[in-house]
Amino acid sequence: MNIQTRYIVSHLSKGVRLDGRKPDEHRKIEIEINPIEQSEGSARVRIGGTEVIAGVKLNAGVPFPDTPNEGVLIVNAEFSPVASPEFELGPPRENAIELARIVDRGIRESGCIDTKKLCIKEGEKVWMVMVDIQPLSHDGNLIDTAGIAAIAALLSAKMVKLEDDKVVYEKTDKKLPVNDIPVPVTFGLIDGKLVVDPSLEEEESMEGRLTITTNSEGNICAIQKGNACSLTLETIEEAAETAIRKGREIRALLKKSL
Amino acid sequence: MKRADGRKNDELRPVKMKVGVLKHADGSALVTIGKTMALAAVYGPRELNPRHMQESDRAILQCNYTMAPFSTKERVRPGPSRRSVEISKVTREALEPALFLKDFPRTTIDVYIVILQANAGTRTAGINAASLALADAGIQMRDLVASIAAGKIEGHYALDLTGDEEETTDCDLPVAYMPKERKFTLLQMDGNISKDDLKQIIRLAVKGCETLYEHQKKALLEKWSKEGFE
Repeated sequence: MNIQTRYIVSHLSKGVRLDGRKPDEHRKIEIEINPIEQSEGSARVRIGGTEVIAGVKLNAGVPFPDTPNEGVLIVNAEFSPVASPEFELGPPRENAIELARIVDRGIRESGCIDTKKLCIKEGEKVWMVMVDIQPLSHDGNLIDTAGIAAIAALLSAKMVKLEDDKVVYEKTDKKLPVNDIPVPVTFGLIDGKLVVDPSLEEEESMEGRLTITTNSEGNICAIQKGNACSLTLETIEEAAETAIRKGREIRALLKKSL
Repeated sequence: MKRADGRKNDELRPVKMKVGVLKHADGSALVTIGKTMALAAVYGPRELNPRHMQESDRAILQCNYTMAPFSTKERVRPGPSRRSVEISKVTREALEPALFLKDFPRTTIDVYIVILQANAGTRTAGINAASLALADAGIQMRDLVASIAAGKIEGHYALDLTGDEEETTDCDLPVAYMPKERKFTLLQMDGNISKDDLKQIIRLAVKGCETLYEHQKKALLEKWSKEGFE
């Protein structure tokens, strides 16, 4: 155990975190809607010193053969070196791919996007909803910051025009059909204890990571364990309860910002 | 509930496991669960190149999950996909807690998983095979890692979903579990379930892992008792 980890662990045993938070407390969350006018919808989310912009672009494309009357959702993340000296140029690596897939699953499995309403012509043309995640500053817990930014961007997105089967990038008053607000809550596991919204220092010291995404009904729609750690059943059940409770708080904050 | 293949809710598909199936690998295993077939090969601990990747105080574990192009109805395009990159990562993180990497500084343990045929549960079959291949390579482990998915179909909890069942399920929850340690090393879920469902589904998956664990031990004994290994 290095000095930093020992320091974090000894504080945590007294129920204190280095920045003074309680184990189930997030850093300050700020949500700004539509900072990018060129996109169909966008959001800038800050959790403490971590900052992410998510943008939604629409396009018309061919549906998947097994869902000929449904629109397509694509979530992508690029970790640019602007956000962290640890990030390198080039195609997305393991961590960026995993983050995009965690955010994607939360949105997809919550069923929040009514993909049937995104059908233009069955089997031929549907709306493709592309959500791009751009971290601006990585100070811990990029997953939740990205997940909240992605759903906020989708909730703010407006449909664009379709003229003679061609997309014209002019926003209409019609909203993208989004009916739920899935919220990811990520935990760090440090010395067997759960902390919500791990900071960068905590991420460097934690043995495990667990992300649980919940919807408005308080149901769980996605889970992902990360890092080479092992979890007990009690830890998982405790995390699920906290994620439902914290998800409700963040959902209320999101609704207020829209 | 009646399942299409006549299984009970807590019943696995037919399981076959065999270790030492590859001549050149240090350890290997073939695991068949229903129509899903996973082959795993382990090399190492061996020298890690390039050297800048070496860790001075421990070995690193590298895992690669690949689906054979002919493993599914539609051909799988060769090369890494976003899905396979993620599965390789969670597989590594599922196996690493079972190993004592500090025993082998500056080396690598390489795990290669090839899905020869896919009918749901490929990542879990791959982890079962990889765990067996690591043991077959003679690498000390805290415990074998057993892995299976469970879900909820039309209101009923069900173990080890088939490809057809996966399409109608409310939830797909793959876990990897070290039965002796009673700890989870893989946990993923997509679907829409309540907190109580989660508890029940995890418990069902644990039961499945415990059964697979017995199969794993049997497969190891089958090879190594014959070769006179104590």
